[in-house]
Amino acid sequence: MIEGIGFAALMLTFGLTLYGAGAAAYGARTDRPELIESARRAMLFSWPTISISALAIIALLLGSRYDIAYVAKVTNNAMPPYLRVTALWGGQAGSLVFWSWLLAAFASAVSMRKWGRDRDLLPWVIVVCMLTLAFFLSLVVFVENPFSRIWITPEGAQLTAFFQPEGARAVIPSDGQGLNPLLRHPGMIIHPPLLYLGFVSFVIPYAFAMAALIVGRSDDGWIRVTRRWTLVAWLFLSLGLIVGGRWAYDVLGWGGYWGWDPVEIAAFMPWLTGTAFLHSVIIQEKKGMMKHWNMLLIILTYLLVLFGTFLTRSGVLSSVHAFAQSAIGPMFFAFIGLTFVISIWFLLKRWGDLRGVNQIDSILSRESLFMFNNFLFIMILAVCFLGVIFPLVSELFTGQTVTVGPEWYERITGPLFAGLLLLMGVAPLSVFGISSWRALRRQLWLPVAISLAVPAVLLITGMRSSAALLGYWLASLVGVVTLYEFWRGASARRRRHGEILLVALVRLAGRNRRRYGGYVIHLGVVLMAFGIIGIEIFQIETQGTLARGERLLLGRYEMVYEGLTRFNTSDGREVSRAELSVFKDGRSVGQLFPRSDYYIVSNQPMTIPGVRSTLEEDFYVLLVGWEPIGRDGATFKVYLNPLVNFVWLGGVVFILGTLVAAWPEREQVPVRRRAAHAQAMPAGD
Amino acid sequence: MTMSTAPPGSGSRSKFIIGGLLIVAAVVYLIVSATQASAQFYLTIDEMLARGDEISGRAIKLSGAVDGDTVTYETETLTLEFSLANVPADLREIEAGGGLAKVLYDALRDPNAARVQVVYVGPKPDLLRHEAQAIVTGQMGEDGKFYADELLLKCPTRYDGEVPLQALEGQT
Repeated sequence: MIEGIGFAALMLTFGLTLYGAGAAAYGARTDRPELIESARRAMLFSWPTISISALAIIALLLGSRYDIAYVAKVTNNAMPPYLRVTALWGGQAGSLVFWSWLLAAFASAVSMRKWGRDRDLLPWVIVVCMLTLAFFLSLVVFVENPFSRIWITPEGAQLTAFFQPEGARAVIPSDGQGLNPLLRHPGMIIHPPLLYLGFVSFVIPYAFAMAALIVGRSDDGWIRVTRRWTLVAWLFLSLGLIVGGRWAYDVLGWGGYWGWDPVEIAAFMPWLTGTAFLHSVIIQEKKGMMKHWNMLLIILTYLLVLFGTFLTRSGVLSSVHAFAQSAIGPMFFAFIGLTFVISIWFLLKRWGDLRGVNQIDSILSRESLFMFNNFLFIMILAVCFLGVIFPLVSELFTGQTVTVGPEWYERITGPLFAGLLLLMGVAPLSVFGISSWRALRRQLWLPVAISLAVPAVLLITGMRSSAALLGYWLASLVGVVTLYEFWRGASARRRRHGEILLVALVRLAGRNRRRYGGYVIHLGVVLMAFGIIGIEIFQIETQGTLARGERLLLGRYEMVYEGLTRFNTSDGREVSRAELSVFKDGRSVGQLFPRSDYYIVSNQPMTIPGVRSTLEEDFYVLLVGWEPIGRDGATFKVYLNPLVNFVWLGGVVFILGTLVAAWPEREQVPVRRRAAHAQAMPAGD
Repeated sequence: MTMSTAPPGSGSRSKFIIGGLLIVAAVVYLIVSATQASAQFYLTIDEMLARGDEISGRAIKLSGAVDGDTVTYETETLTLEFSLANVPADLREIEAGGGLAKVLYDALRDPNAARVQVVYVGPKPDLLRHEAQAIVTGQMGEDGKFYADELLLKCPTRYDGEVPLQALEGQT
């Protein structure tokens, strides 16, 4: 019954998307506004209808309907209700519905905006949104149906299908397989929705960009209209990446947060093009340049979003060889290829209209530095992409599969990230238009001198890694320049308006949110850079087997093994928990309880670290082995991760900065008030 | 105003192109050097044994089936040893063999399948078990054992579309 309603709602939504796309395109071609209006309504209603379908899946998950293949796969009796709800995005079929649901929500929201003078874009925005939605729905309708049931044929073969196959019997399991325990972590529960929100929000700017290309508008209207969408997309993508890193750090038990795994890179690639886009649209808005480039970037971002959704959702992927194993693989590649060809075709068709109105005047101008910034982001993207496809390429050309790992990525992207830091330090001091070495030098020498103090102190205190010294210098330079920018702006306001410094700072940021939000983001990057350099270059580790009362030393830390307790929990885990007393510089700093949870039903252990976390460093202990009951030894792997919390702290600052930049501006009111003020007191100020 | 006399535009454009080319050249150099230093051959056990000395000392990535009966773990030194049996890397071959789970199962029952002893020092991974697919990165030692620096495990039955065992017990 529920599955019937859910599937019917899914089919209805699919029909709405096809109708919407068709009616909008036909209405625009034949100039019939009533058809376009009807298409707009179809887009509006796609969200309520797919919501019914998503709610039906949630009802099935909560109702333990294990005769439904998807429910049997992602839930079991031991899972609490909140985990059952989140199992909606725990497997492939459900997460495709969830993705579609988010997209439908955004498309509905877009359909309700006041179109005004952008009305000519409306039909084509509908076409792009509805076709994207139709593609994702076709995957669930035809290939990965979340409402399929489990059947046994008379020959004894097991299969899943929505309708009863001839002669087959239904199977109703008493329990399900359950979500992989590694995924039952708050970070992993919100990580996919955050990434999806980021992915899906990028569809909207792409839709406006394509609409602008199709109707032949060469102004930056599409960028202005979708500025907030882009920032929101980028916000969620950043948040998703940071939360994912935190999950890896807390759960995966290797003392790291980023492993250059193809799945991680898949989510990172649209972030790279998105970040480049956020910077280069500023140049288009200010100087009317880089129009082709911005179109290319948004097209690329959209394609990478599709690619990323596919990579992160095809399940088995830990090598590129797994591509073809997923039934949805060929459909994804066909859709990505088709989208690419069509997008580029429209771009080439309008190439001449999009010629820029300005040229680069000086290599040190703000716009030139922004171009270099974009170039570096694209280089990093190219390296990431090459790394992911390296096994395929090498096999094609040499017949020998060659793979690359974290070291490969770090060696290549390290200098590129350093280059980005350098630009981040220099660009705020450069000006638009003509900028000379001499002018820049006058601005730059003081921040450079101040920031050099940081590596100097580090060198004196014994740091010998040249990469770390360079990295810390660059990060410090960015920090100094950014703070100087805030100070400069605020003190100018203070002089002009007589405000106290804090008020001046807040008003300054409030008046020019994108710029100062951007600077806050840069400060977040500085903090993250401090943390990343710290853990990448100065992480130390040790391991050892301890009898009760024995101790293990690492850096300034010492830990004493006090004992092990074992107990069962009501949710089906067998827990082995070690008790440790931790000392730093000989003083007691408390206890840690690293443990191993064994999930009985899924026959899988999970290692949960004990961590003593301070701003300075994390003392991170894993329980990796213990003797059977009656003996006393236990084995530990211990990491000392310097400055790792700066990564998370920087992440928070980063997100706050993005919120500042994306927050709606109060556009009209202050302007009018200032005008009135000026009229009343013409001699004032 | 500075002393710049060249008309704005043209000179900067070529400077910009030169700057871009320098970055591209640097990236190409980085890619080549990083590939030489840290790229790994991805081989099956058969291929590795066939190559013999030719690949000694090179970083290699191997994939194979874990024999659960051979796993030993020395907790004093965190030394993990197990035997890895050859499975084909080619996807079509795996499909023809009845899927990854079947291929792994068969590899361990085939007395003729090539095997290699793997040594890894570190925590015993949560997913290490009989018939799991292990992907190890490391080098062949002179004693004929494979010394792994990295150990990755995949349990195909956990991720693919098969219905769990308990499902069949509860059928009506």
